[in-house]
Amino acid sequence: MASGMTSSEYIAHHLTNLTYGNHPDNGWSFAHSAQEASEMGFMAINVDSMAWSIGLGTFFIWLFSRVARTATTGVPSGTQNFVEMIIEFVDENVKNVFHHKNALIAPMALTIFVWVFLMNLMDLIPVDWIPSIAGMMGIHFMKIVPSTDLNVTLGMSLAVFILIIFYSIQQKGIGGFLAELSLQPLGKWALPFNLFLELVGLIAKPISLALRLFGNMYAGEMIFILIALLPFWAQWLLSVPWALFHILIITLQAFIFMVLTIVYLAMAHDHH
Amino acid sequence: MNMNMTIIGQIISFIIFVYLCMKYVWPPLTAALAERQKKIAEGLDAADKAARELEEAQQSVEAVLQESKAQAATLIEQANKRASQIVDEAKETAQAEADRIKAAAAADVEQEVNRAKEVLRAQVATLVVAGAEKILGASIDVNNHQELVDKLAAEL
Repeated sequence: MASGMTSSEYIAHHLTNLTYGNHPDNGWSFAHSAQEASEMGFMAINVDSMAWSIGLGTFFIWLFSRVARTATTGVPSGTQNFVEMIIEFVDENVKNVFHHKNALIAPMALTIFVWVFLMNLMDLIPVDWIPSIAGMMGIHFMKIVPSTDLNVTLGMSLAVFILIIFYSIQQKGIGGFLAELSLQPLGKWALPFNLFLELVGLIAKPISLALRLFGNMYAGEMIFILIALLPFWAQWLLSVPWALFHILIITLQAFIFMVLTIVYLAMAHDHH
Repeated sequence: MNMNMTIIGQIISFIIFVYLCMKYVWPPLTAALAERQKKIAEGLDAADKAARELEEAQQSVEAVLQESKAQAATLIEQANKRASQIVDEAKETAQAEADRIKAAAAADVEQEVNRAKEVLRAQVATLVVAGAEKILGASIDVNNHQELVDKLAAEL
């Protein structure tokens, strides 16, 4: 814990993004507090979330495409083996759930799985390291786990949501999609009720997808921050078990995000 | 927690990364995996085929061996037969030779006997003449009694 802060200041500091936006008073600038960031409204961007998210995504593409370029059909190298293991794992999951022909689903599932995993993985870096380094360089806020930013998780789930709508209409036509939304489960005499039910179900998909990942990672991050408030000699007692447990959570959350995406898109392809 | 343009930024980066993954990551890797799968399948097939061929070869070896054994047995039998035949022939030849020699010897003996008989006969004639001269006390004209003497000698 950095010196010269109260506990609540410390926690608030660690949970504030580095936001660049149009402040009503200061114009386009970095927010100096959470208050200023929220005053910026929608016309702002969380620079740290974006930077880490894009950086990790680039790392993923770089690593995997490098392996893909040099991929041999003979005996694979260690990295290739590892990458192939992930590919086969994702492919198997896609094949189990998604039975239509679509060249987008599997690569997207792979991207989601690895990217979300990498973003979650940042949670295991001790909470003070990178913010302290950033602080020394004059950057006041630095949240390094993009998946603890609701904007990030919601952004991904909205992209998935757009695809759900797109494929629903593409596979069933607008009429078919609307019929699916309004004529079940109770038949056409309960149309408004059906529509209400199905719309809630539809909208719940991206919201639950985003909130599940966000909630898990935010809570995990929060616990790491709370542990960091303990005296330094006692921290390992809690942080080590929590980090070990968290390895499971970050993998599981990445996996759940991927599987649910596949399931939702399979449902969008299925005719009822 | 503020909702802001980060959402849009994340959507855009998501689309870009999925596109890059779709273009540069997924196809080559799955192609490599499929290719390897094919290679392994082919390798296993080849191994199966080789095992089958080995078995077939062993079977044909067995067959050839059997055949040559049978041939060898036939040859040995033939040879044995031929050998005994040769022995029989040799026996027969030897027998014939022996018979021939025996016959020749017998003929020789007979010839000798005849010759001896001739000689004896001639001598008998002389002796008879001499004996008759002694008995008659006079010489006998051999020429006059030639016929008689010859008759006598022929009767011996």
